[in-house]
Amino acid sequence: MSLNAFLIAIGRAIRTRVSGLGVFARFFWLLLQRSGIVFSRPRLVSQQIHFIGNYSLLIIAVSGLFVGFVLGLQGYYTLNRYGSEEALGLLVALSLTRELGPVVTALLFAGRAGTSLTAEIGLMKAGEQLAAMEVMAVDPVRRVLAPRFWGGVIAMPILAAVFSMVGILGGWIVGVLMIGIDTGAFWSQMQSGVDVWKDVMNGVIKSVVFGVAVTLIALYEGWQCRPTPEGVARATTRTVVAGSLAVLGLDFLLTALMFSS
Amino acid sequence: MPSLSTAPDDLVLRLSGVALGYGDVSILRDISLDVRRGQVVALMGGSGSGKTTLLRAATGQIKAQAGHVTLFDQDLGKATSQELQLLRQKMGVLFQQGALFTDLNVFENVAFPLREHANLAPPELLTRVLDTLEAVGLRTAAHLRVSEISGGMARRVALARAVVLEPELVLYDEPFAGLDPISLGITARLIRSLSDKLGCASVVITHDITESFAIADHVYLVGQGIIKAHGTPETLGNSTDPYVKQFLKGEPDGPVPFDYPSTSKFEAWLANQEAKR
Repeated sequence: MSLNAFLIAIGRAIRTRVSGLGVFARFFWLLLQRSGIVFSRPRLVSQQIHFIGNYSLLIIAVSGLFVGFVLGLQGYYTLNRYGSEEALGLLVALSLTRELGPVVTALLFAGRAGTSLTAEIGLMKAGEQLAAMEVMAVDPVRRVLAPRFWGGVIAMPILAAVFSMVGILGGWIVGVLMIGIDTGAFWSQMQSGVDVWKDVMNGVIKSVVFGVAVTLIALYEGWQCRPTPEGVARATTRTVVAGSLAVLGLDFLLTALMFSS
Repeated sequence: MPSLSTAPDDLVLRLSGVALGYGDVSILRDISLDVRRGQVVALMGGSGSGKTTLLRAATGQIKAQAGHVTLFDQDLGKATSQELQLLRQKMGVLFQQGALFTDLNVFENVAFPLREHANLAPPELLTRVLDTLEAVGLRTAAHLRVSEISGGMARRVALARAVVLEPELVLYDEPFAGLDPISLGITARLIRSLSDKLGCASVVITHDITESFAIADHVYLVGQGIIKAHGTPETLGNSTDPYVKQFLKGEPDGPVPFDYPSTSKFEAWLANQEAKR
């Protein structure tokens, strides 16, 4: 490949990415503009919170429990070296509220609810359901996408809270019931060391941001996919890959912003 | 068959000198047709002749590359998205695949346009939807999920959904496809009676010559990118034009080739395949 052709290829790739970002940003703006339906027909949003949230609850709770078990075990092995095993409750709670709760929930959300949203929108497109809505003078962005978007954004922090709560319970089961750490020390260290605003609220903010990112990516991929079985399959895969990478990248940025001194 | 009104204010849809296509490619050119209130117009032509593209132009889903598409006295090329929304509220469309909402049951599919555009009280909505379903013979299927009904039933539900708002223009894309002979005859009569009763204009895209000729006031025959012939069913039935004769009689030989024409891309692909052997 000549230098000229190489530069052209790079330029084309950059232009494609930048224009793709532009289309994505316009899609987000369109979604926000058509979000009035959230207030005029809140039932549409509550249906989506139920669909997205309730059906993800089991996987989130089970994963939270096992993550809590592992945190309890690993935390105990490390803290035991320094004779500080009473701080296990604090370690488990901080790890979950600050990082693992929002991040792991968002990754699971991308795999469970995100793929489901992409496939649903993609299949609606393939079956001409969105076109039918359009010619019925019903805006599909307003009627179909906006309730799903806000349903996802609202469901995510609730799911993250469930994940953290069940995770703390898992840590308590391992640390207190199985290993024998003093239960009073476990809870009091947690109570005194976890700051509601700095730790818990920052975790909530993170999960809201992840909710926006993952739900937006899932809806965008479904909306933009080729209306064929192969197109829907590819879009579903892209939702998981792009959603997960966005969560991890955003987590680094948000952590740097929130917890830097 | 009702007599046709020719008063200018009866005009619902007019295409004048329209060219249509996707991207730089034109599929249809120099298309002119009129559809008036109370009239059933059949658009016929072979597969891939661009009939559905014509329907998309009438609904404002695609813009004309040339010429004007006028709907209810408004040029669709100049209509804003809000004006287009208002125009679309006056029309019903039956899609080729039915396009029923798979997350809703039969009743909710038909109720969908009413819930979105008509502020009806629940008892009134129930009566209206069940009456419309009764017209297509599916009143007692109202509770079924879309996945539980046959393809033919799905088309009848889609038909009910298209007409539930009593629109002024109804566009039917292949309304007879996949229907058994009884449903086919009833659907054809229903299209005619809706036009007569509501005074709405109907555009029927179809291959079915017998049924469409029985109900249509005017027939347009689309082929080779243009309107090859048009007139009343009687006029076309008596036509000596070889294209019209071949299409209506389904003859294999004539001006319409059965075989897909060879292209340079196919020749290159074939040469490549043969070289691999």
